Amino acid sequence: MKAYLSDRMGAALLMAPLLLFLGAAYAWPFFGVVNWSFTLPEPGLGQYGTLLSDPLVQSVFVRTLRIAAIVTIVSVAAAYAITVVWVRGTPAQRVIAEFCILVPFWISVLTRAFGWVALLSNRGLFNTWLQAIGFISEPLTLVRNEFGVIVGMTHFLIPFAVFPLAASMRSLDDRVLLAARGLGSSRMRTFWSVFVPMTRSGIIGSALIVFVFSLGFFVTPAILGGGRSVMVAELIYLRIFQSPDWGLGAAISVVLVLFVGALMALLFRYVRPKQLI
Amino acid sequence: MQQPGRAAEIKAIGIGKSFGSFRALDDLTLDIGRGEFLTLLGPSGSGKTTFLMILAGFVQPTDGRLYSDGVDITERPAEQRAAGMVFQGYALFPHMSVEANIAFPLKVRKKSAAEIKRRIGEMIERVGLKGHEKKLPSQLSGGQQQRVALARALVFEPGVLLLDEPFSALDKGLRGQMQAEMKRLHQETGTTFVFVTHDQSEALALSSRVAIFNHGKLLQVGAPDEVYDRPANRFVAEFLGEINMLPLKGVRNADNGATGLCEDRTITLRGNASAVGSNAILAIRPEYMSIAPEATAGENGIAATAVASTYLGAATRLDLTTRQGAKVTVSVPNEVAASALSKGNSVWLTWPAEKGFLLPDGGQ
Repeated sequence: MKAYLSDRMGAALLMAPLLLFLGAAYAWPFFGVVNWSFTLPEPGLGQYGTLLSDPLVQSVFVRTLRIAAIVTIVSVAAAYAITVVWVRGTPAQRVIAEFCILVPFWISVLTRAFGWVALLSNRGLFNTWLQAIGFISEPLTLVRNEFGVIVGMTHFLIPFAVFPLAASMRSLDDRVLLAARGLGSSRMRTFWSVFVPMTRSGIIGSALIVFVFSLGFFVTPAILGGGRSVMVAELIYLRIFQSPDWGLGAAISVVLVLFVGALMALLFRYVRPKQLI
Repeated sequence: MQQPGRAAEIKAIGIGKSFGSFRALDDLTLDIGRGEFLTLLGPSGSGKTTFLMILAGFVQPTDGRLYSDGVDITERPAEQRAAGMVFQGYALFPHMSVEANIAFPLKVRKKSAAEIKRRIGEMIERVGLKGHEKKLPSQLSGGQQQRVALARALVFEPGVLLLDEPFSALDKGLRGQMQAEMKRLHQETGTTFVFVTHDQSEALALSSRVAIFNHGKLLQVGAPDEVYDRPANRFVAEFLGEINMLPLKGVRNADNGATGLCEDRTITLRGNASAVGSNAILAIRPEYMSIAPEATAGENGIAATAVASTYLGAATRLDLTTRQGAKVTVSVPNEVAASALSKGNSVWLTWPAEKGFLLPDGGQ
C-alpha cells in the first residue's frame, strides 16, 4: 500500500476526481466571471473604472472592511478565552468548552441568523426583558443595522477562530510558563508577557481566517442587516440578480477574490493548513 | 530564598508527595547547607525531580514542611519563592532575545533600567555570551542556550539555584565543558545549588554532597567519596558504579572493622564496616582490586580464573570467576592483564582491607 501511495502518479490519480470537480465547479465558472467583468456591457476596463469611482460601491467596500475588522477582533478575543479553557482547563471545563465549540457547527447559518432576529428585534427577547426589568423604556435597535450583523457574524465565526488558537496553545511548552513563574512573574504577567506572545502565530492565523470569512458573508448580513448594511457579497448578488448589471457584479467579484487570495497567501505563511481543523 | 545575594539554607522535614495512589516521594528529611552544591541522584521515577519541583514551589507536598532560612515556605507560591531554576530543555522564552530573557526576572522585580542594563552586561560577560545579546534562542547552539538559561536563573541573585537535568541534551564534550563552567559559577556566586541528574559520574564530579533516591525514598546523603566508598545499601552501591559482590560467611566484628570467611579464606575489613549478621555481602569496587601471581600472607585475597579480557586503552578490564563461581570484574594495567592471561589464566585477587565494605545479605 505504502509503495502505491508514495508513487507520484498514484497520488495524482487519487486526487484527480477532486481536482476535476474543483476545476469544473470553481475555476471554470470563475474564468467566466472574469471574462464578464472585462466584456459586459462592452469590452474594456469600464467596470473597474466604475468600481473605483462609484461612491455606493466604495461605501459597501468600506463597510465590509469595517464590519470584518470588528468581527475579527471580537471573535478572536472571545475564541481566545474559550480556547484557553478548552486546552488548559480542568477535564470538566474542557468538556463544556468543547460542547460550546462544536454545537454551533450542527446548526445551519440560516437558523442561527433567524434565531438572532428573534432575540434582538424590537419585540424580541432582549428588548422585552430589558423593558420588563425597567432598564430601558423604548426598545433598542439591535437588529437591521450593523450591530446585528456583527453579533450574528461573530457568533458564527468564533468556532472557526478556535482551531488555530488551540493548535498554537497545544504546542506550547509548559515548562516555559513554569520558568516564568519560577523567575518571579505573577500568573497575570506570565499570561500577558509569555503565554500570549507565544501563541502569536495562532492569533494571526485565527484573525486572518475570520477576516477572510467575514469578507464573503452573505446570509447573515442579508438577514440581520435588513438591507440597511449591505456587504460586498450582498452587493454582488444585487448587481447580478436584481439589476442587470452583470459586468459590475463580476468586477466586484474579481476584486474580492483577488483580495481574499492575497490574504490566504499571507495566512499560509503563518499557519499550516492542518492546524486549521 | 528571599534575600538576594545571600545563599539560602533549606530544611525539608518529612516531605511526602502522592499523585493519586502513587507515592512519588516519601518521608524525606534533608538539610541543604548554605552555599552547598547538592546533587539529587536517582533513576527516573525515583522522586528526585518531584523534590526539586517541591523546592521550586511548582508542586505542593502532601506531607511535611519546608523551611528556607528558618522560615516556613511550604505554602508559598513559586513566584514568591523565586528560586533560580534551569529546566531540562532550558525553557527559554522563544519570543524574546537573549538580553530580554535574562532581563525578565529583573523586569518582574521592577528594577531600574540602568540596573537591569548593568546586571545583564555582567551576566552576559560571566557566561560568555558577548555578541549574542540580540539573538533569539532558536538562533543559538545547545550550549549557548544552556548559558542563557543559567544567566537568566542567576541574574536576580537567588538564594538557591535549582537545576533539572540541565545537561541531558548536550553531547559529551560540551557536557564536560558546561560542568566545569557550572562549578565555576557555583564558586563565583556562592549560591546554594541543587542539581538533579541520573548520571552518577556527573553527580560525583560536581557536588559537595550527593543524595541518592529510589522509589520515592532518600536512601543516602553524603560527600561523593563517602557514598561511593561506603554506600548504605546495595542499590546505592550498584547505582554509583560497578561493584563486585562476594558472599561472606561467619561475619563478626573485629578490631576497627570486621572479619569473615570468603571462599574459605579469612577476609578482614577495616574502617566503617560492621557486621550486619553472620552472613553478608562483601562489596569491592573493581578499581580497588588487583591481581597477583600468588597469595601473600596477611593480605585479603581469593583465587580466581580469568575468563575474558577487554582492552580499554588506558587499562584492561578482566572478567574472572572465583572457585565457587562468583563473577568478578577488575580493571588492571594492560601488561598485568597480558601476563595473567599467559599464565594459564589462574590468578590471585587481592584488595586493601579498608576498600571492602559489607552489605546485608539478600535484597536491599
